[in-house]
Amino acid sequence: MNFARRTLIGIPYIWLLLLFLVPFGIIFKISLSDYAVSIPPYTPTLDLAQGWAGLRDFLSQLDFENYIWLSEDDLYWKAYLSSVKIACISTLLTLLVGFPVAYGMAKSAPEWRPMLMMLIILPFWTSFLIRVYAWIGILSNEGFLNQFLLWTGVISDPLQIMNTSTAVYIGIVYTYLPFMILPIYATLERLDGSLLEAAIDLGCSRTKAFWLVTVPLSRAGVIAGCFLVFIPALGEIVIPSLLGGSGTLMIGKVLWEEFFSNRDWPVASAVAIILLLLLVVPIMLFQRNQEKAQEAEG
Amino acid sequence: MKQFSWFNATALTLGFAFLYIPMIILVVFSFNDNRLVTVWAGFSTRWYVELFQDEAFLDAAWVTLRVAFSSSTIATVLGTMAAYVMVNGGKFFGRTLFSGMIYAPLVMPEVITGLSLLLLFIAIGLDRGVITIVLAHTTFAMCYVSVVVSSRLVNFDRSLEEAALDLGCTPFQAFKLVTLPLIAPAVISGWLLAFTLSLDDLVIASFTAGPSATTLPMKIWSSVRLGVSPKINALSTILILLVTIGVIAASITSKRSIARALRDEQMADQSA
Amino acid sequence: MTAAVEFAPWTDPTETPLIRFERVVKRFGDFTAIEPLNLSIYRKEFFALLGPSGCGKTTLMRMLAGFEAPSEGTITIGGRDMAGIPPNKREVNMMFQSYALFPHLSVWDNIAFGLKRGDMSKEEIAARVDDMLRLTRLDRFAKRKPHQISGGQKQRVALARALAKAPKLLLLDEPLGALDKKLRQDTQFELMDIQEKTETTFVIVTHDQEEAMTVASRVAVMDNGKIVQVDTPPKIYETPNSTYVADFIGDVNLLHGRAEIRADGLASLAWAEGATPIKGTAGEGLQGGEASFVIRPEKVTITASKPKDRTNVVKGKILDIAYLGNLSTYHVELPGGQVLKAQTANNRRLSRRDFTWEDEVYLSWTDTAGLVLAR
Repeated sequence: MNFARRTLIGIPYIWLLLLFLVPFGIIFKISLSDYAVSIPPYTPTLDLAQGWAGLRDFLSQLDFENYIWLSEDDLYWKAYLSSVKIACISTLLTLLVGFPVAYGMAKSAPEWRPMLMMLIILPFWTSFLIRVYAWIGILSNEGFLNQFLLWTGVISDPLQIMNTSTAVYIGIVYTYLPFMILPIYATLERLDGSLLEAAIDLGCSRTKAFWLVTVPLSRAGVIAGCFLVFIPALGEIVIPSLLGGSGTLMIGKVLWEEFFSNRDWPVASAVAIILLLLLVVPIMLFQRNQEKAQEAEG
Repeated sequence: MKQFSWFNATALTLGFAFLYIPMIILVVFSFNDNRLVTVWAGFSTRWYVELFQDEAFLDAAWVTLRVAFSSSTIATVLGTMAAYVMVNGGKFFGRTLFSGMIYAPLVMPEVITGLSLLLLFIAIGLDRGVITIVLAHTTFAMCYVSVVVSSRLVNFDRSLEEAALDLGCTPFQAFKLVTLPLIAPAVISGWLLAFTLSLDDLVIASFTAGPSATTLPMKIWSSVRLGVSPKINALSTILILLVTIGVIAASITSKRSIARALRDEQMADQSA
Repeated sequence: MTAAVEFAPWTDPTETPLIRFERVVKRFGDFTAIEPLNLSIYRKEFFALLGPSGCGKTTLMRMLAGFEAPSEGTITIGGRDMAGIPPNKREVNMMFQSYALFPHLSVWDNIAFGLKRGDMSKEEIAARVDDMLRLTRLDRFAKRKPHQISGGQKQRVALARALAKAPKLLLLDEPLGALDKKLRQDTQFELMDIQEKTETTFVIVTHDQEEAMTVASRVAVMDNGKIVQVDTPPKIYETPNSTYVADFIGDVNLLHGRAEIRADGLASLAWAEGATPIKGTAGEGLQGGEASFVIRPEKVTITASKPKDRTNVVKGKILDIAYLGNLSTYHVELPGGQVLKAQTANNRRLSRRDFTWEDEVYLSWTDTAGLVLAR
């Protein structure tokens, strides 16, 4: 019994320790190491064969040089700031698109709702890469959008959308829209219809009732949806790489290039650590929001 | 007070158009007889034929399926164990750390997960290939599985397990004969989720794959960076079709089971 | 069967109890769920643990089933110390409050579940399950799944499943709590019938005093992790050992005051300035001093004129009348502000009711009808 319990706890525990926590320590360690033209491309490496002397040697060579370097190079500052900006703006845009859809779903006839839910979830199961790819054909200079606008005569020269931050916004809104709609829909659907009737009965207009009753009561869903979009958008690589072109700076993309093109592992690791620090605050806020929402439900 | 509202209808129409038009264009133009994806030149299936003759794509697809199948299966076993420990495990040393390690990968950017695992594999001298991708995918997918399964376990009536023990089962028999059959739907959806996540993953696979193995998303990525290609449209169409069939099948099965539950309820009422 | 001999093994000193709790204590962290407790339950008893929620009755039962281990003390069943024996190795079965029927198995398979864990042959199992189905009148539903049958049928499946292994002891956790009142009353008699037929020892946990009184051979009234009184239902009702028990079981009137033991063995209670002290049977261990007088409403007679043959008479004004169909309860306010209840059987038509609101009436009772209990 006790042995069984230990195995049950032990196996997933050890797996996560080895493949999640230890790698994390390694990233941290390498971020404090120096770049070297070797394999692996950093020094020092910990040589346990040398015993204590090796360990002391190893520790004495670790420093915050990479972090200092990052803070001095304004490429990284710009990348961080522009990541935050892009993530914020696209979260807001996703909310603007997602809320009316979630509201429309919650107000639709009950027999339609499962069908609409399925239509929201379906894109989530299809490949992320393919959904981003679909926009290349639409947004490029000779793409469908420009073809359509030229045909209607709204514009006379093709618009440059591809490889701008506008394309990145569209890409993020498109891929993360279900994450925004589902939590908002969940809170709106549970909203008791008689609350609105009560507000109208007490003298509110329909619009006023919406702002005074529906919006405050859907707050938990809105906040959850915003975090679910903001957190992954901040570390996004694929969308800025495919739609944003070389002009769009995002921290995930910088890390990727630092690692694969420049092969500077210590700097890539330092970027990763800082990206994580950047995420800790929104993740903790998200956690608190979820806990509060759960408490409110009883 | 149910009224037809123009606002709601417009919001829904525009929202769903936004979600689906890009994919519809993708599918339609995969049958375009032109190397330029955006210019229509008549119906053709030539890109499908070319796709199925492309060894590199077929290899990548095979690698992806193997990785997805093995990682989702291991992740389901580990994730179910982890969920069981989280919900029913009681107190043990390092429980907070354990739950932290389960939830952290869900919000961790893929770049960081990928990079850290790569650094681990290099540090311990493990050759990169299919096995390292499987290890990486299992690690993050088990966390998703454990979240799906524990949400079912939380609502699971503990007294069912106690009843099994009371009637003479060992704890293992109680799990096998009572708990597992009842949480099976959640375990299956956990597996499906893990499978899809693995099929879909580009970033983590890119870090952990090494030169000897290429997955389908990696192959798509490298060819898409060079611009749109009709072959990728054909491949996308096949993937979209498979997912659509899967999701529709799943929803029909669940609708059937709802209908059955309704019938059963009536039966119970009549027999009372 | 010698029906003339009353079933009362607890009065026979040569009888060994089936279950024995010796100085059992149960703590959950800082919270003490069971205070040091001794209890003996005998073979073939139908024993009820009665108390409000949180009084420790369920913990006591879960310790018998093996889901909780006592923090101190020993529990023996059939002379065997139960410490360290897991639930699956105990000849004890339990009927769960939620029934805990396995939703993925049919009624038949639910009943056969425990039997399949032993080394019975297929034929023996089938025969035993069929016996159980017949005993609980479920023959027609054998192939149904739990969600295809009604609440009352579910309750019978749970009972059949727990009885199938012919346990030494059957534990019933609020077995009738989920049923509506009418069905509950029918099922109580059915439970007693099955208990008698199978000659199994039953321990039932309930918060419903009527249910405990109906089914049980003995009732243990619990409060805050302690057993307050263990006795047969009539004794619990007629001679409660504390105001807690008196108040918990049935309806009761309480008057507080100072008691004195009289030479004739009765006790008298001075309950109000200037009023004649009232007399009643002295409760267990009454020494005098602060005490309460308890009397059941049906033992209080209500009359329009002062009865001459009674010593315990008080005068009051009718405050409220509760008409319950077969009974009427009168709430009578005494000059000191206390309210006493008097109950009369309605064997006359309503239109000829004697009393109405604001009427001045006399309440009276015999010298032995009430109890004076130490506070």
